[in-house]
Amino acid sequence: MTRIKRILLRLLTMSITLFGVAVIVFFVIRVVPGNPISMMLPPGAQEEDIARLQALYGFDRSIPEQFFIWLSGVMQGDLGTSITTHQPVLGLVLSRLPATLELSVVALFLAVFIGGFLALASTRMRGTRVEGMIDVANGMALSIPDFLWGLVLVLLFGVLWPVFHISGRISPTLDFQFQTKFYLFESVMRLRFDIWLDLVSHMFLPALALAIPLAAIIAQLLKQSLKETMHLDYVTLSRTKGYGENHVIIQEALPNAILPTLTLVGVQFTFLIGGTVIIERLFSYEGLGNMAIDAVINRDLPLIQGIVILFALIFTIVNLAVDLTYAALNPKLRHG
Amino acid sequence: MNTFLTIEDLTVTLGTSCPILRSVNLKVKAEEVRGLVGESGAGKSMIGKAVFGTLPTALRITSGRIILDGEDLQSLSPRERRRIIGAKAALIPQDPLTALNPSRRIGPQITNRLVDILGWHKADARLRALELLDEVHIPEPERVMRSYPHELSGGMRQRILIASAFAAKPKLIIADEPTTALDVIVQKQVLQMTKEMQKRHGTALLFVTHDLGVVSKICQSITVLYNGLVLEDTSIAQFFKQPSHPYSAALLRATPKYTDPDSSLMPVPSAVIRAADEEVRACDRIHQNV
Repeated sequence: MTRIKRILLRLLTMSITLFGVAVIVFFVIRVVPGNPISMMLPPGAQEEDIARLQALYGFDRSIPEQFFIWLSGVMQGDLGTSITTHQPVLGLVLSRLPATLELSVVALFLAVFIGGFLALASTRMRGTRVEGMIDVANGMALSIPDFLWGLVLVLLFGVLWPVFHISGRISPTLDFQFQTKFYLFESVMRLRFDIWLDLVSHMFLPALALAIPLAAIIAQLLKQSLKETMHLDYVTLSRTKGYGENHVIIQEALPNAILPTLTLVGVQFTFLIGGTVIIERLFSYEGLGNMAIDAVINRDLPLIQGIVILFALIFTIVNLAVDLTYAALNPKLRHG
Repeated sequence: MNTFLTIEDLTVTLGTSCPILRSVNLKVKAEEVRGLVGESGAGKSMIGKAVFGTLPTALRITSGRIILDGEDLQSLSPRERRRIIGAKAALIPQDPLTALNPSRRIGPQITNRLVDILGWHKADARLRALELLDEVHIPEPERVMRSYPHELSGGMRQRILIASAFAAKPKLIIADEPTTALDVIVQKQVLQMTKEMQKRHGTALLFVTHDLGVVSKICQSITVLYNGLVLEDTSIAQFFKQPSHPYSAALLRATPKYTDPDSSLMPVPSAVIRAADEEVRACDRIHQNV
C-alpha cells in the first residue's frame, strides 16, 4: 500500500514539474522579441495577409487562451503542428529522440567507465606520481566545457589525424534499411557489425566530448569517497583477513563509496543531455538538440514547446531512475 | 608450551625519527590470554596493526621480528604474509557498529575468509558459520546470516565479529578493545563469550584494553605499555599482588573502586610519570648510540 502511495506521489510531483516547465516555456517564447509570422512573410507584406496567417496559427487570441488550447491538445497527445514543416510536432520529436538518447547513453557509459577507472586507479596508486597525474588531468577536464572539448576532438581526430567521422550519424553511402530509429541498437540486434562500426565511428567523438567533463566529476567524487571509505573499520578488518589491495578496494570499499557518486551522476546526466544541443550542432548529428536550435532560429513555437517538454520529461524520468537505483544499492533504504 | 606470537625488539617509528613503539618484546603462548594495557596513545593498538600489517602508511617498522606460529612475518613477501595472517590470526575489532560492511549480508562477511583465502567449499564455510553463530548464542543463525548489519543490535554484531574471528581456527586472536563501544551489561556478556570461545578453541588471545577490571577477569598475564615502551610483563596474580614497576602500581591505585564510591579518584602522580619518561629517554639514547 505505502509503496503504491509513494509511486503515486512521485508521479504527481513529476506532473507538477512538467506543468511548470510547460507554463514557463510557453509564455517565455511568446514574450521574447521576434515572431514566426514575420519570419514566414516577405518584407512589405499586406496587413490582412499577416492577420490571416495569425488567425490560421491561432496567434490572434490572447496568450492564456492559446495556452489552454495547446495544453488540452497536449493532454490528448497532440503537441501541435510545426510552423516550418507543417508536420505534427509529436512525430517530429519522436523521430529525433532515439538519436539523442543513443548519444547520451553512450556518453554516459563512456563517462562512467573512464571516471570509474581513473578513481579506482588513483585509489590503488595513492601517494604515487600516477595519482598526481590523474589529479592534473581531472582538473583540466573539469575546467574546459564540453563544446570546447568537441572542437579539440574535431581538430585532433577529425583533421590532424582523421580516424573518426566528425559529421552526421551514419555514412550516407551505406545502403541499409533501418526498421527503427535506434540505429546503434538495431545494428547490434541484426548483427550488422559493419553498420555498427560506422555508427560508432560517427558517434564516438561527440559522445566523448560530452563524457569528458562528467568523467572528471565522477573520478573526483568517487576517488574522494573511496579515500574516506578506505579508512573505515570494515575495510581494515578485511585486510586482516588476508585480502589484498585490489579486493579491498573493489569488493569492500567500492559498493559503499559509490552511493554519493550515483546521485551526482543522475544530476549530471541531465546536464549531459542538455549539452547535446550544442554538441549535436557541432557534429551535425541529427538529434533533438540539433532540431531545437533550428526551431529556435525559425521561431517555430510549437516545435520549441514540444522539444522542451520532451527534455523535461527525460530529466524527471532520469531523476526517478536514480532514486530507484539508489534504493536498490543501499539496503538501509529498501524497507524504509 | 607453544608460543604462538613472539614479538622481538619491535620498533615502529613515525617518519624517520619519532618512535611509536620502542624495542617491544612480547610473547603470547598457546591457550594464554595476555592483557595489553596502557593509556591512550601508548601504542597498544599499533602492536596489533604491526602484526596484521595494517599500520598507517606514515608508520614504518624500523627493527624487530614478528614471529607468528613459527613464521617470521617480516621475511615473507607481502602476498605470503597476508595469506599466513589470514589463516593463522584474526582480529576482534573495537567498534562493532563500524566493523561490518553495511552493504553486505552477514553470512558472506563471516565465510569470505574461509572461501577466498583458505579455499573452503561454500557449503562447508556456511555450516561452519552457522555452528559458530550458535556457539556465541545468536538466535536464529539462519536468519542472521541473511541480515544486513543495520538490522542487528550492537551486542549481536560484536558477537558476530567474535564468531567470525574464530572461523578459520586461528592460532592467535588480537582483540582491540572489543568492549569499549558497548554498555556495561553487554560488555560483560561479550567478555564471557570471548573467554569461553578462547578456552574452547585453545587460541592464544592478546587482549588490548585500558580497563584493568577487564584484565583481572579474563587475562592470565599482562604487559604494561607506556609511550611505546614495555614497563612491565608479568602474571596477573603477581601484577595485582605486587606490581614491580611504580607506574603499574600507580595505575592500580588509579582504578576507581565500586565498593567505595565516595573515595576520590587517584591520578597517576607526576613523579611516577617523570620517572617513566626518563626510562623512555634512556631507551631512546641507547638506540641512538647503536
